[in-house]
Amino acid sequence: MRPLVATVGIVIVLSGLGVLAPVHAQRGSATASPRARDVAPIDLTGYWVSYVTENWRYRMVTPAKGEYRRIPVSPAAVPIINAWDPTADERAGNQCKSYGAGAIMNVPGRLHITWQDADTLRIDTDAGTQTRLFRFTARPSSSAARPTWQGESTARWEPAGGPDGGGSLRVVTSNVRAGYLRKNGVPYSERATISEHFDIAPLPDGGKLLLVTTIVEDPVYLNAPYVVSPHFKKEPDGSKWDPTPCSSTW
Amino acid sequence: MLIDLVMRRVVLGLLIGVLAVCAAFAQSGQAVPPGQFEFTGSWAPLATEDVQNDSVPVDYLGLALTDEGRTRALSYDESQKSMIERQCQGWGATYMVLGPFGLRISSQTDPKTNRLVSYTIDAWEDWMEMTIWMDERSRPSEHALHTQAGFTTGRWEGGALGARTTHVKAGFIRKTGVPLSDEATIDWRFFRHGDLLTVLMVARDPVYLVEPEIISKSFRLSKTPLDFRDPCVTGFEGREFGDDVPHFAPDQNPFFDEFMKLYNLPWEAVLGYRDTLYPEYRKKIKNTYVPPPPCTADCGVAGNFVRRRSL
Repeated sequence: MRPLVATVGIVIVLSGLGVLAPVHAQRGSATASPRARDVAPIDLTGYWVSYVTENWRYRMVTPAKGEYRRIPVSPAAVPIINAWDPTADERAGNQCKSYGAGAIMNVPGRLHITWQDADTLRIDTDAGTQTRLFRFTARPSSSAARPTWQGESTARWEPAGGPDGGGSLRVVTSNVRAGYLRKNGVPYSERATISEHFDIAPLPDGGKLLLVTTIVEDPVYLNAPYVVSPHFKKEPDGSKWDPTPCSSTW
Repeated sequence: MLIDLVMRRVVLGLLIGVLAVCAAFAQSGQAVPPGQFEFTGSWAPLATEDVQNDSVPVDYLGLALTDEGRTRALSYDESQKSMIERQCQGWGATYMVLGPFGLRISSQTDPKTNRLVSYTIDAWEDWMEMTIWMDERSRPSEHALHTQAGFTTGRWEGGALGARTTHVKAGFIRKTGVPLSDEATIDWRFFRHGDLLTVLMVARDPVYLVEPEIISKSFRLSKTPLDFRDPCVTGFEGREFGDDVPHFAPDQNPFFDEFMKLYNLPWEAVLGYRDTLYPEYRKKIKNTYVPPPPCTADCGVAGNFVRRRSL
């Protein structure tokens, strides 16, 4: 009987060491459903300001009409790019086209991130006064719902799984209203899907940096995923919060 | 007795099966410790982010330069790279994210303990190999040798790989001659999401930067190993040994306003003033900025170089 006991013991020890089932395979398999706010591996709440050290010419000013450098547009997009008319957009009430979910994180401005409820993370932007809601709980499909600038976003924590905690937030947004990736009318369609990863990095001065790796996929106007990663510095308070309405001309 | 024998064989079979599965995981590279990810491999660059800023000589957009940094940048003449002794000088550590190439990363382990010692990011034609030491070795004296790649240590934290580079040689943070001093410190953070690797760089320099230069760039996992070009080979490019080092007087740089005119950009943004990096600046220039004329050539995704209109 001793060999049997020893064998069973080895199996138990291996199980305890995590050899039998790698930790990464266990992620997301939890049966309980604790509230997202209570299990957040990183704290995204607070005020954040864009720090525009990359893609400056495409974000801080309106680029030339017709320019779409570094965006892998499809042939179907080119006539729309060349026909861009910001005044017509303004007249038609489409002045928020460059503030939709596919572009809003690239618009220079401030974010205010809060918990709307225990399972909904809310991002307000002062540029364009937009609101994004990241829902961690499943909702009934709303494919019949009208698309909106910010669409519908489902969110999921991705804990790092290591001894020192940490992790990332993954957000997938769809059912968006057709918008612009850039101010000068480079389009994305209502069929676009925006996947985002929110990560936090420490800054040497004790501050924090929010990095948003954004992947826009659009079967209509893009030939390949459009990937950008704007970043934001944490601010101590909302004293610089300055809401401004959408504008298609600026 | 029979039941005991059967049980032994069942458990033994189970154990062998489990060990076989574990071995398969190890061989497939999936046995990554918790809180880490598979960092090694070939990572191809994505062309969707504008971080190089090397198309026009005087383009300091997105930088917060000191006056000294700006002056030195304006004195730079790209013809310096035609000098034989500078042709293969290469670019410093920051070029990892500011250059156009991908990353080929390998790991080195101690053969006795099998513990991770370092990661190596392979060199390109004009960028030196970077070693990220993971064995908690101490940083050398500040008087130790400074190199193009610098000295880098790293550690896993919060699901990302963090690293710090010091001991860099005085060089450039942009190919257009924006300087980076040998007192610079560069912090790195590598995030992996699926087949995307995003590299975040925070470069500080007490001499030439008022605020850190922060750049993030994403790479996609390549199923086939990246093939880098041959090592740099020098050749005659019109400069003889002993010639003067090409340069401009900072206030006489002939390319001073080329980029400004090309895109109607404000001078303080092109010359790297700190205020231009924050949203307030966008509001400040709202009533003065005039968009450039419509693009008529090279308007698309390809290429790092702009076609210069007649100015």
